[in-house]
Amino acid sequence: MTAPPAVEAVDLSKHFGEHRAVDGVSFVVPTGTVLGLLGPNGAGKTTLVRMLTTLSVPTAGTGRVAGFDVREQPDLVRRSIGLTGQAATVDEILTGRENLRLIGSLYGLSRAHVRRAGDELLERFDLADAADRPVKGYSGGMRRRLDLAVSLLAVPPILFLDEPTTGLDPQSRSGLWDVLRDLVAEGTTLVLTTQYLEEADHLADEIVVVDRGRVIAAGTPTQLKDRAGRASVVVTLTHAADLDAAAALMRDHSPEVHVEPGSRRLTAQAGGLRDMTRIAAVFDDSGIELDDLGLARPSLDDVFLHLTGHRAEPGTAPGTDPESAPATEGAAP
Amino acid sequence: MTVTQTPPRAPVRPEIRPPSLLRASSAIVWRNLVHIRRMPEMLLDVTVQSVMFVLLFAYVFGGAIAVAGASYKEFLLPGIMVQTMVFASAVVAMGLTSDLQKGIVDRFRSLPVPRSSVLVGRSISSLIHSSIGVAVMAVTGLLIGWRVRNGVVDGVLAFALLLLFGFAMIWLGIWVGSLMRTVEAVQGFMFTVMFPLTFVANTFAPPESMPAWLRTIAEWNPVSALTQACRELWGNGLPAPADAAWPLQHPVLVSVGWSLLLTAVFAPLAVAAFRRRSRD
Ligand SMILES: Nc1ncnc2c1ncn2[C@@H]1O[C@H](COP(=O)(O)OP(=O)(O)O)[C@@H](O)[C@H]1O
Ligand SMILES: [Mg+2]
Repeated sequence: MTAPPAVEAVDLSKHFGEHRAVDGVSFVVPTGTVLGLLGPNGAGKTTLVRMLTTLSVPTAGTGRVAGFDVREQPDLVRRSIGLTGQAATVDEILTGRENLRLIGSLYGLSRAHVRRAGDELLERFDLADAADRPVKGYSGGMRRRLDLAVSLLAVPPILFLDEPTTGLDPQSRSGLWDVLRDLVAEGTTLVLTTQYLEEADHLADEIVVVDRGRVIAAGTPTQLKDRAGRASVVVTLTHAADLDAAAALMRDHSPEVHVEPGSRRLTAQAGGLRDMTRIAAVFDDSGIELDDLGLARPSLDDVFLHLTGHRAEPGTAPGTDPESAPATEGAAP
Repeated sequence: MTVTQTPPRAPVRPEIRPPSLLRASSAIVWRNLVHIRRMPEMLLDVTVQSVMFVLLFAYVFGGAIAVAGASYKEFLLPGIMVQTMVFASAVVAMGLTSDLQKGIVDRFRSLPVPRSSVLVGRSISSLIHSSIGVAVMAVTGLLIGWRVRNGVVDGVLAFALLLLFGFAMIWLGIWVGSLMRTVEAVQGFMFTVMFPLTFVANTFAPPESMPAWLRTIAEWNPVSALTQACRELWGNGLPAPADAAWPLQHPVLVSVGWSLLLTAVFAPLAVAAFRRRSRD
């Protein structure tokens, strides 16, 4: 028998009265991989995470974490997971170190482990200096880091992170990404939700795009980009006068060539690298001078637009989430 | 942020041994007591406010209230202590709502702790909170002339009755705390309920001086039975007059009965509301 996947959702649903916050979502997260749950505000990401971490009882469907059913065996699920919720849920009155001690006791860890691992985590997350100050005085970034440190105390094999970088400035964000990549390198399975396409692209092995409670696409970042449209070869000419000749040349090799009016750029639909090298060779023989030739893939932004019919909202750009605007690095008094 | 780079290594996963109810609850109690230590203002309601009540009633209104068989100060102290204990329900409700609101309860529930530890921990720390208030009252009382006159056994029994009643009130608090969404709402609601409950009673004035209908309500108020029980056990007043309602004729027994009855009513409501609140 093969080991069960780290996380599995089968037709998972959560209805609040008439409202279907999550409506028949399925996915599988193999052990040691990163799943990115990508979706706009209100898509149902938090509700999904809450069901998988036993905080919310599904209306229908099944969730399995570490092989245990979230509804039938919540206690066993809780031994295998760490959770960093959307809002930092560290205790404001306690110091950083006391927060670690509290959660350590509640995980049932030995005091010796909590002390040693706690010190290590405080060091790793750059909180050692602030460790004995009440959390009240921490900045948003520090709280996030402490929240994550607390979740890592028990070195849970499966970690759920709900919008871990929302409201962080770009520098804190990339710092957190480094930490997450280290964790994955150490064998941790990660399920993270995000509104940032870039973040999912950066971290996730698999992306599940959710919108209005339903999965609207799933796949690797590359697969998703392919779905939004094929790659294209983009050619920039040295002389605008060559435009017509170049277009004619390219039409022999690609079904669809687009000339950007008033520019020196042509775009040709292409299957991939091979088409690009063929077109490059043709230009080489023709004597038309080129400034640039390259392969362009659609960005995840294009994917999102393609899938949902709307852009990721402007308010959801990194660090500008209105709700967590004050929670940025350096916001501490 | 600067993150100390650590090279990837094989994770050493510590043994997660789900804590016993005792260990989990003690951890939560410890946390709540740290809150009280860091924010002594949390104790204001059961300390400074209560002391002000004592002084206000003992020296400002007290002269105008006639009581039989004891000085007004002696009469007053048991009433104030009962009031403090009744407010345990407000204390627990506000603490619980605040933790629910901030996601702290969710954080605890995502850990392998016994289900009940959140409520048990919260209840115990609220009882400690209220007991600190009762202790402050006792010291204040001793300073202004209140005494325990009937020996140790009866004296301790009265304190035990107070705790038992506080325990019952805590379930009311958990119920209200689980139903309401904000601390302010809890505060508003609890004070609206607590004030009539503690004033339409024999706490500050003998019910005999009230209009008949109000007197009946006051004499059947659980708060009155408990107050009368404490007065009798501590020797702070005469037994209730012969025409007083039945509960005041058997105050100790009735106090125990009320505590059990209130627990039997509110505990299931509280647990159900807390469960419902923490299902979605
Ligand atoms: N406890 C609840 N009661 C009613 N509706 C809820 C509740 N929690 C979430 N919702 C609704 O479910 C939808 C999904 O919410 P959520 O999972 O928080 O989305 P996301 O995390 O993707 O922003 C939203 O429309 C939200 O208003
Ligand atoms: Mg969310």
